Amino acid sequence: MVKLRVNGEDRSFDGDPAMPLLWYLRDELALVGTKFGCGVAACGACTVHVNGDAARACATAMGDLDGQQVVTIEGLSNDGGHPVQKAWRSQNVAQCGYCQAGQIMQAAALLKQTPNPTDEEIDAGMQGNICRCGTYQRIRAAIKAAARGAV
Amino acid sequence: MARISIEQPSRRLLLQGVAAGGLLLALRLPAAAVEAAPEAKYGADAMPHGVVRDPHVFVSIAPDGIVTILCHRAEMGQGVRTGLPMIIAEELDADWAKVRVRQAPGDEPRYGNQDTDGSRSTRHFLQPMRECGAAARMLLEDAAAARWGVKREEVAARNHEVVHAPTGRTLGYGALAADAAKLRPPALEAIRLKDPASFRYIGKGELGLVDNFDITTGRAVYGQDTILPGMLFAVVARPPVFGASLAAVDDGAALKVPGVVKVVRIEGTPAPAKFQPLGGVAVVARNTWAAMQGREALKLRWNDSPHAGYDSEAYRAALTETSRKPARRLRDEGDATDALAKAAKRVAADYYTPHLAHAQMEPPAATARIRDGACEVWTSAQSPYSVRGEVAARLKLPIEKVTVTCELLGGGFGRKSKCDYAVEAALLSQAMDGQPVKVVWTREDDIQHDYFHTVAADHLEAGLDAEGRASAWLHRSVFPSIGSIFAPDPKHGMAFEVGMGLQDTPFAVPNLRIENGEAEAHTRIGWFRSVLNVPHVFAMQSFAAELAHAAGRDQKDYLLELIGPPRQIPLPQGTEPTQYWNYNEDPRKYPVDTGRLRRVVELAAEKADWGRSLPPRHGLGIAAHRSFVTYVATVVEVAVDDQGRVSVPRVDVAVDCGFFVNPDRIRSQMEGACVMGMSLAMKSAITFKGGQVQQSNYTDYEVCRIDDAPREVRVHIVPAGIEVPPGGVGEPGLPPFAPALCNAIFAAVGKRIRELPIAEQLKA
Repeated sequence: MVKLRVNGEDRSFDGDPAMPLLWYLRDELALVGTKFGCGVAACGACTVHVNGDAARACATAMGDLDGQQVVTIEGLSNDGGHPVQKAWRSQNVAQCGYCQAGQIMQAAALLKQTPNPTDEEIDAGMQGNICRCGTYQRIRAAIKAAARGAV
Repeated sequence: MARISIEQPSRRLLLQGVAAGGLLLALRLPAAAVEAAPEAKYGADAMPHGVVRDPHVFVSIAPDGIVTILCHRAEMGQGVRTGLPMIIAEELDADWAKVRVRQAPGDEPRYGNQDTDGSRSTRHFLQPMRECGAAARMLLEDAAAARWGVKREEVAARNHEVVHAPTGRTLGYGALAADAAKLRPPALEAIRLKDPASFRYIGKGELGLVDNFDITTGRAVYGQDTILPGMLFAVVARPPVFGASLAAVDDGAALKVPGVVKVVRIEGTPAPAKFQPLGGVAVVARNTWAAMQGREALKLRWNDSPHAGYDSEAYRAALTETSRKPARRLRDEGDATDALAKAAKRVAADYYTPHLAHAQMEPPAATARIRDGACEVWTSAQSPYSVRGEVAARLKLPIEKVTVTCELLGGGFGRKSKCDYAVEAALLSQAMDGQPVKVVWTREDDIQHDYFHTVAADHLEAGLDAEGRASAWLHRSVFPSIGSIFAPDPKHGMAFEVGMGLQDTPFAVPNLRIENGEAEAHTRIGWFRSVLNVPHVFAMQSFAAELAHAAGRDQKDYLLELIGPPRQIPLPQGTEPTQYWNYNEDPRKYPVDTGRLRRVVELAAEKADWGRSLPPRHGLGIAAHRSFVTYVATVVEVAVDDQGRVSVPRVDVAVDCGFFVNPDRIRSQMEGACVMGMSLAMKSAITFKGGQVQQSNYTDYEVCRIDDAPREVRVHIVPAGIEVPPGGVGEPGLPPFAPALCNAIFAAVGKRIRELPIAEQLKA
């Protein structure tokens, strides 16, 4: 039995310990804000926070999550008011939007560790998150805006 | 034929002694036949179910004044859910803060055409949506005039209320909604549109995206996200080689995987299968993970396919060889053979572009449920009405018994024009006695079983005179056709394929020949953003720069000289009866206008400060093209380091898309097109060996990431009045990018790229 907290709620899981967190969130908890993009930790669409650090839910086995704290895009803020969420809206970052939950979770984790990232730090922090629509320019601008508190 | 069949009966009538009648018939029938010939239809009128502009269909207003506008076109990131409702809100004079947008289900008879493809939404629906919003406004004004018992002319709508000018009385839209809902909309000719000078939303780009909040909080729902009570989950093992059928399946181990409920065989449809599934074996389970584990445990044997020999390297060699031989002529002006023979200098080059996968972030997914003889589908689809049609055909249901709820698309790029995944979901629900089933495509499924962007070999030859001017231009393109999914393989390009950057070559060269050679399709070929413009423009615009170099001239100046003076190019006449496609638009309304093409070249060059001094191993490249009746020129600045690594610090894009609605989304589409252009130029390729796709995920089918995408894309929009009809925006930004990049690389380091992707070609 795996006991974990998801967005502040206690949960327990007794299924296949190899099942990735992604499918637990999506299929069992109906938290579908965390997206399925590649299944091999290559695109970042499923990025969540595990104990405050960015993690790929598709490559995080349920068996490894006992006692861990998971936060998904649904739990990043109560009202969409996290500075990164606000910055994303003010820059109209999204096109299709599918990757953006993962981008936002990654950016929030980046800014927690590196409050004023340089371009190189943004590259290093965000390069695991693919956006096929190609919103990178606005992602960069939004991260800088959030860092400045200009949102 | 028609003339003979008319003359023969008239001659017979003459012989029978009814001379007067017979003569009349003989004289009149041809004329009558001409009159009866339907006027060619263009644009929205030529699309199935055309346009609907009834405000009662698209607009509803609640007593509290909240205006709900239906968007009937699919949102895949182009911003249509913001753009089309904005047009209605503008003419309705609604307060945008009180506007909500809902997505229409798939129902073309009710909403008009919904096939969100070909960069058509704003192009086809700007005018009808204006008329729709204006009609809604007039109904509210009528309702207010009736309520007050005053003359119609004394009332006017103004920002979500109707004002009676003489008395200053006002009534909010909410208070008038119930009365207005009972009124008949005005006739089309009675609709009074706003003066564009008074627009406050259209053309401004100041409104946020309607889905911004939901997207940034994880509430936005895509096809992958459907949840229904009692829903099952499925993944499908599909034939590894196109055209192979299942020989045998052993599902013993799969059925033992905890959570697996059933294993279901899906019959494939022999080619041409249009949008019907490839067939295979589905594993239905209690969750996606169990379904995936069950699929791993299947033991499958497939029959041989006629395409089992498909090998990208061998195919490429054959395609290139074909491209060097005379082929079907699509345009033939002057005498290219003679002019080439007499040229002071001859230049020839071969270009090659591989298959591509769309690789939109959301892999295909659909959910279906069958109850009481009706099938409900929830999915992300570019053409929801064709989902209904395909599902109905497969389940042998009348189309009225199939409904489609349209979720957001996590990217489309043409992939989600084809709804094989939705048919799979319907078949699986049927196999589960109607229980809801969601089919999830994994990324591997998506990359390996796409409708691939075609592979192409383009051969170009030119003759230059003593002054370096082009006297002859020959462009021959060879590629397997998208037509092969709809009909027996045509082995030549369809009108819409050769009409993209081939027949419509805009150059003022006196001896010009365009040809299209024969090629067989060995996989599913499908639309990919900008379609055949991608290979054709890569070749055409690279070759233009090669000629500039051969003539010792500046790329930009030479490109302008090739385009020639501002003029409208007459419809290219083929030596075979190949009608020029023109994106299905009226050539009188949307001619090929070289003046507009010149202008974007000049604007991009000016904004990019063409000729600016650059650090060593940096270079500027330019390319321009009209596609989807929009003109785009792109200037790329590239840096190639001494290890051959390529980066793009800056891009300037000039776009003339005619009258525009939301400049913010034009910018975002151009920004995104440059990133997609960088991906296909630098890294992406689908290759086949033994008939099987050799790539499987983003690990080996690579696309740009934040650290290797163009760093800054500056977009410069040519202003246009309402009299300039709108062009497409979603696709035209893509074709010029790759040739502009390659032209820049040549300027930077002197290496000419003729094959995409660039991959390791510049590495030392």
